[in-house]
Amino acid sequence: MTTEDFKLALIESPFFRGMQPRHIHELATQAISERFPAGEFIFREGEDAQKFYLIREGRVTLEVLAPDRGVSIVQTISSGDVLGWSWLFPPHRWHFDARAVEPVQTLTVDAHWLRGWIEADHDFGYEMMKRIAHVMVSRLQATRLQLTDVYGA
Amino acid sequence: MSLEEHAMSATADLMTPRVFRVRRKIRELRDVFTLVLEPSGPTEFSFAAGQFNMLYVFGVGEVPISLSGDPGQTQILVHTIRSVGAVTRAINKLKRGDAVGVRGPFGSQWPFEKAFGRDVIIVTGGLGIAPLRPAVHQLLAQRESFGKVSLLYGARTPNDILFQKEIERWRGRLDLEVEATVDSAPPGWRGNVGVVTTLIPRAQFDPATVIAFVCGPEVMMRFSVLELEKCGVSKERIFISMERNMKCAIGFCGHCQFGAAFLCKDGPIIALDRVQTWFGKREI
Repeated sequence: MTTEDFKLALIESPFFRGMQPRHIHELATQAISERFPAGEFIFREGEDAQKFYLIREGRVTLEVLAPDRGVSIVQTISSGDVLGWSWLFPPHRWHFDARAVEPVQTLTVDAHWLRGWIEADHDFGYEMMKRIAHVMVSRLQATRLQLTDVYGA
Repeated sequence: MSLEEHAMSATADLMTPRVFRVRRKIRELRDVFTLVLEPSGPTEFSFAAGQFNMLYVFGVGEVPISLSGDPGQTQILVHTIRSVGAVTRAINKLKRGDAVGVRGPFGSQWPFEKAFGRDVIIVTGGLGIAPLRPAVHQLLAQRESFGKVSLLYGARTPNDILFQKEIERWRGRLDLEVEATVDSAPPGWRGNVGVVTTLIPRAQFDPATVIAFVCGPEVMMRFSVLELEKCGVSKERIFISMERNMKCAIGFCGHCQFGAAFLCKDGPIIALDRVQTWFGKREI
């Protein structure tokens, strides 16, 4: 993929929609494309969170292992979604396993570089924090609703 | 006959159950079953999607149950029921040929006349898909009359997905967007996990004109409405299915009063803007 392809992918994603062109351009120059076949783990709980992932295609499950209950799928993330935010906050370790349930293509950016840019350019940093906060709030609200077990008989 | 006598006679008709017999019972989930009833005599029965019947188990009691079959079928009555109370447990014990008293159909219907030419989004969860199944049948029967149609369904786990085979069939259609999600799932589940509200922003619809049909547990409907509004859908185009303690089913007894509305006759399907003052209020 070329920088222009990445630019287009970023502009079209709900997460980056409306972001300043210079920020999109800078991100596009650092982006790479990754593919994960169905069944493959993208990351595992406890591993270093050194990449920012935007799902371009496919579906990813977030899984957690509970010793007494085995593995549970707690959420699925699909095309257009950002996969996790542990890359942004210390200690930069993933909290869940992320597994591709179907072939997945991601737009990936090195998190070390991204964190550096967030610190160096506060305009960009504020935009990123706003967007990540929005994702976190949406997922928190969804999780709260999930916890209420609304369909429980 | 005087006008008063005529009115009393008409009311008596609405309060008198007709006898139907159990033709078939289908176990859907651990505690949910579908009852197929046929009239004792050569009677046809028509209803509109969204309406309900009062089902009477003789000697036990009467409960309001939504019709869950195809409105195009006039020879049988189909109800999908969760076995939770004395009457529904008694219904669950009925066998082929047993008698059931039926009053109805009662209540309002899903507003198809408002949806003609527009996109339709259906958001439902749990047993809420039962009152919407007739609406899906009708939408598919008149498919060319509507824009994009999306069905978003949430359930507790993969084992709690109601009408699973039918949903799979609908998913196979090119003219219907169907997404199901569950609150939690074991490994190996290839579908969505998360609450049904998370599917709304992904659905394809025109927020400026879409008509939304929402049915499920009230808390699910509250959050679905919030999400729809976030996407730009206005209240007067959101229709919800409300349930309260329906007893007489003809707006006489007042048990199902919800603000200024009697849900047995003004509902169960009602525009959100009509009940927004009370929707989500505690103890109403």
